[in-house]
Amino acid sequence: MKLTINGKTVELDAEPDMPLLWALRDMLGLRGTKYACGMGVCGSCTVHLDGEAVRSCQLTLEGAAEGEITTIEGLSEDGSHPLQVAWREHNVPQCGYCQPGQIMSASALLAANAAPSDTEINNMMAGNLCRCGTYPRIRAAIKSTFANAAAAPEDEQ
Amino acid sequence: MNIVSKLSRRRFLQLTGISASGLVLGGILPAGGSLAGILDRPAGKELNIFVSVTPDGTVEIIAHRSEMGTGIRTGLPQVVADEMEADWHRVKVIQALANTEYGSQNTDGSRSVRDFYTVMRQMGAVAKHMLEQAAADTWDVEISECVARNHAVHHLNSNRHLGFGELAQRAARLETPEPESAVLKSADDFRYIGSSIPIVDLEDITLGKAVYGTDVHLPDMLYASIERSPWLQGKIASYDAAEAKKVKGVLDVVELKAEPGPPGFNPIEGVAVIATNTFSAQRGREKLSINWSESAHSEHNSSDYLDELAGRVKGGPGKVRRERGEVDAALAEAETVVEASYRTPYLAHASMEPPVATARVEGDRCEVWAPTQGPQATQREVARALKLEIENVTVHVTLLGGAFGRKSKPDFSIEAARLAAHVGKPVQVLWTREDDIRHDYFHACSAQYYKAGLDHEGTVTAWLAREAAPPIPATFDPGVTMMSSGGLSQGFANVPFVTPNLRMESHEAPAHVRIGWLRSVYNIPYAFGVGSFVDELAHAAGKDPAEFWLELIGRDRLLDFSDEGFDYSNYGRSLADFPYDTARTKGVLRKLVDSIPWGEILPSGQGWGLSVAHSFLSDVAVASKVEVKDGRLKVLELHGVIDAGRVVNPDRVHAQMEGGMIFGMSLALNGEITFAEGKTGQFNFHNYPIARMDQTPAIIRSHITPSTAAPSGVGEPPTPPVAPSIANAVFAATGKRIRELPLGKHFDV
Ligand code: FES
Ligand code: FES
Repeated sequence: MKLTINGKTVELDAEPDMPLLWALRDMLGLRGTKYACGMGVCGSCTVHLDGEAVRSCQLTLEGAAEGEITTIEGLSEDGSHPLQVAWREHNVPQCGYCQPGQIMSASALLAANAAPSDTEINNMMAGNLCRCGTYPRIRAAIKSTFANAAAAPEDEQ
Repeated sequence: MNIVSKLSRRRFLQLTGISASGLVLGGILPAGGSLAGILDRPAGKELNIFVSVTPDGTVEIIAHRSEMGTGIRTGLPQVVADEMEADWHRVKVIQALANTEYGSQNTDGSRSVRDFYTVMRQMGAVAKHMLEQAAADTWDVEISECVARNHAVHHLNSNRHLGFGELAQRAARLETPEPESAVLKSADDFRYIGSSIPIVDLEDITLGKAVYGTDVHLPDMLYASIERSPWLQGKIASYDAAEAKKVKGVLDVVELKAEPGPPGFNPIEGVAVIATNTFSAQRGREKLSINWSESAHSEHNSSDYLDELAGRVKGGPGKVRRERGEVDAALAEAETVVEASYRTPYLAHASMEPPVATARVEGDRCEVWAPTQGPQATQREVARALKLEIENVTVHVTLLGGAFGRKSKPDFSIEAARLAAHVGKPVQVLWTREDDIRHDYFHACSAQYYKAGLDHEGTVTAWLAREAAPPIPATFDPGVTMMSSGGLSQGFANVPFVTPNLRMESHEAPAHVRIGWLRSVYNIPYAFGVGSFVDELAHAAGKDPAEFWLELIGRDRLLDFSDEGFDYSNYGRSLADFPYDTARTKGVLRKLVDSIPWGEILPSGQGWGLSVAHSFLSDVAVASKVEVKDGRLKVLELHGVIDAGRVVNPDRVHAQMEGGMIFGMSLALNGEITFAEGKTGQFNFHNYPIARMDQTPAIIRSHITPSTAAPSGVGEPPTPPVAPSIANAVFAATGKRIRELPLGKHFDV
């Protein structure tokens, strides 16, 4: 199988119906993409296929070969994607496990819609679960990329 | 006597797997329990946490606690760095290996800061003192003229200064000073304690480079997926692996027999499929055909079980666990008597990263890489399972992709170690989400019954409470069928009420599933029962619930339950060190009410509710605003106030408040595991939903009560008051009292 991942062509000896997730993680060493449900309901394994957010646990290698794949490792050269920066500015992660998937979903959202409404953010991101409950900060980080007055949680000491 | 002393470089290597040069200090840590206790231990033994200063000026600080998202890998090192005047940018945090010499590494019970705050400060202060002494010796001046500031020691009477790196070798040759000579900073001089330093793993996480248990990769590593008994203590009656072995990539199929005895930390009996990649292992496993033998638990039905417990607590007296005054007489004389029954279901942890472990066995040595909250239990149990010397088992602690108590149990690491020993190659065992939910150490379900008397002024004169819930110790000893005092100390028997007549009783509840601890443990059901019933009483008395709570808690005082027959655990700490102070409980409640428009007139279908709970030595009050429209329940706002004593990293405390409240909302709205014929009815996020972003209120506010009191728990306390606050808000909005969780059974959520 021949795939284009993060701008590079890779050859793989694997079953065509293997989900992309396992090829990325077990065969290509791209372990930023996480497993958490294996049935397309948590978003942890989100990657881009031609710029669209897809769940790599549901995308077969055959399907993945039809387009260009981007993983969290390929989102930016050096972590400078505006969302990666915003994530750090808002101290979004707790355990961090879901965050690559969150960033990949949010970046696909912003690529299609530079200034989504609160409802659009909720709808798009509802497929990305975070058991640590970082949702308020994810929202704030996303919004900060297009609105100067970021709606950070107003915590008080 | 010294609680901090020098360590050899060899010891450093043993304990961290990393070579050190320069000054290396170790400190004696409490094995849990009272910090004061450590002062009585013999010196020179059990040196277990350290700081090291290398000649290039890097300060290495050991994190001996596990990072599961609380920020502890940052928080405790920032305490050390502050006291030693290290520059945070030149601090490197090193994750400790498992070693009994660290004292307890078990990262649970919201205790990392409260148990280690002081000793971490002492460690930093001793390091600073030794660096100052090294500078004084170099310059041949008095140490009183030498002051460490921001990674260098400065001579007060000249312009001379020497960097920590330049002093490291000389400091390493000094004797460790008496602790009295290492003076702790005054709080006014804190640079990092109390400041919101970003977590050390932040950048790696945003780049996808952070290494969790799932991300461990060893040369020649194989992947295993295990089909386990669907009910507790089922055994393999027969199985057929022929089809599984035909799957491309499958190399072996291995039977994993359970050890005899109680469930404990032991792996569940199962059949493992070993393959060259995860996908092949999982696909091969689907092709297994296994017949399981029945067990004493294969008929377990959770709805019948809860009915039974509910009948028991309502039906009659149980074992008295705390008693004050004459409850029966007071009830007989009461103007109004109110009674109510509550029930809460089993829950599963469902951390986003499921249990996973990787092991390599070579000769008489085993190495394990795991996202574990219990590195030492992992080391001990793997050694036992493989019959190895404990020193020959090395446990590397990865980052934990969430844990919430599940990853305290070493069962998944034992599986990996047994399989690695069997195949002679490194093996990674990854639990699927289905495995994780079906075979959890479940949070206990609970049935509670309350009855209270009110006088003509609406003041509570009698409080009777009964509970039944399967106890955690049953997992280790099935003979235990009743809640321990420690369990009842989680918000059931230790209610802070002034009521003259109180009685708390327990009933039996034999366990049929593995019961474990989930974020805030029994505080979840008890805060729901108590928090809901207080609200019911307030309405029965015609009083404002916030005022009613304050009145029920009563005057400022320190609580002590010893003369009421109750052995209050206080989370393992003495009441002298961590008093239970009603003024603080009332304080968070008052601050909460002041921070929201409590009492505002709302459109119909909306309501505010609140509750308060004292857990893990901290106080948290939470208010929820909800809307119920056309059978649909939406939480519109969540507000919380925490008093956790002195706070090391306010941003991480806020993060725990936000996340802990969402966790509480999640279980209140959606959380339920059911059993029928011994098997869970839920197995992935579609039928065991956890809170999503679109369920999360637009407004979530957290407030920290400023305090100089000893630091107390943060990771768990935000969760308990949430469910009752939402149920109380639902009552305010609709007049409908929901006494059973989750609320998703009664409304669309
Ligand atoms: S692992 Fe793919 S959506 Fe959950
Ligand atoms: S940060 Fe832990 S699951 Fe999202």
